[in-house]
Amino acid sequence: MAAAEQKPSIPTLMEFFVVVVRIGLTSFGGGLSGWLLREFVQRRHWLDEEEFLSGLSLAQAFPGVNVVNLSIWIGYRLLGTRGALAGACGIIVPPAILVVLIAALFAALTDYPLTHLVLDGVGAAAVGLSLQMGIIAARRVAMKGLEQIVIMAAAFVAVGLLHISLPLVVVVLGALSVSLAYWRLARA
Amino acid sequence: MRSITLALLVLFAPLSLASVGGGQTLVADIHHQVVANRHWLTEGQFVDAFAIARMSPGPGTLLVTLIGWQVAGIWGAIVASFAIFAPTAFLVYGLARLWARSRGARWQLALETGLRPVAAGMILASGLVLIEALEGGWLARGIAIASTSILMATRLNPVLLMACGAVVFVVLHGVLPG
Repeated sequence: MAAAEQKPSIPTLMEFFVVVVRIGLTSFGGGLSGWLLREFVQRRHWLDEEEFLSGLSLAQAFPGVNVVNLSIWIGYRLLGTRGALAGACGIIVPPAILVVLIAALFAALTDYPLTHLVLDGVGAAAVGLSLQMGIIAARRVAMKGLEQIVIMAAAFVAVGLLHISLPLVVVVLGALSVSLAYWRLARA
Repeated sequence: MRSITLALLVLFAPLSLASVGGGQTLVADIHHQVVANRHWLTEGQFVDAFAIARMSPGPGTLLVTLIGWQVAGIWGAIVASFAIFAPTAFLVYGLARLWARSRGARWQLALETGLRPVAAGMILASGLVLIEALEGGWLARGIAIASTSILMATRLNPVLLMACGAVVFVVLHGVLPG
């Protein structure tokens, strides 16, 4: 944990772009936001956990693909407009080309039962990235008091157990929670 | 050909703006529009495209790129990707600029503080959904939990972890009952 609190360092545009492209091309099995946390925060210390989680929360509440939003957000925070552009292109373009190539090969690949087994195994391991991020986010929330824990639990139950649609949960619970936070800040 | 690329743009750009909570909320809508309404893809083609997008690295929403490619070739792929990613990308860029300009404003702190627990709850919920949806029974769940523990405890590169997951699954899959 001590290492996670190291002082953030700003990458060059090229360093940032290369890491984003690498994540885009190697993130088999999904859980991309977890990859970003891993690479940007835990391994390279480009930004701290707190800042990452703030960006992630906004990326999720905003329309669009979370990981693309997050990549643009972080790119802008680190390197301004060119960083945002590098983040968007790096996470979209190389994987988009690859997915078309894979589709062209798909017929041949699916003939082997091994392909499915390999993908199932990769998918199972990739769930770890999402879970790890959930645990880290929850741990931070839990430190901030009962009110935040109750809202987190409500979001979990609404989405995970009651299967209420995400936009509805974001709008209703988000508005409630943000108003409450605003009210507290105004009184403080 | 020009009219169909235009149709891709008109279909996907508004969907992009409606996708609060992540791309996965879009799949049902896309399926309805592409298969039932417009007959661009058959049910089987759609299921295949969905499976390919899931197994490929990168955002799952690249499903849209594949649909564009199937419908209108390379230009279809480019236009469909642009339509699904660009509108929200510009929005987020605007938000990031706004954020940088009014650092520390009360509404900003309230949004950051207020959205945090909602996001955390949603991430945990999606973790649960992912575990429930895993193919491969208890072995897959065991790998998912082991992988989470390893990620929490070490700095291992995720590529290595995915590779280990695949090897363990392939080797043990024949040994253990599903």
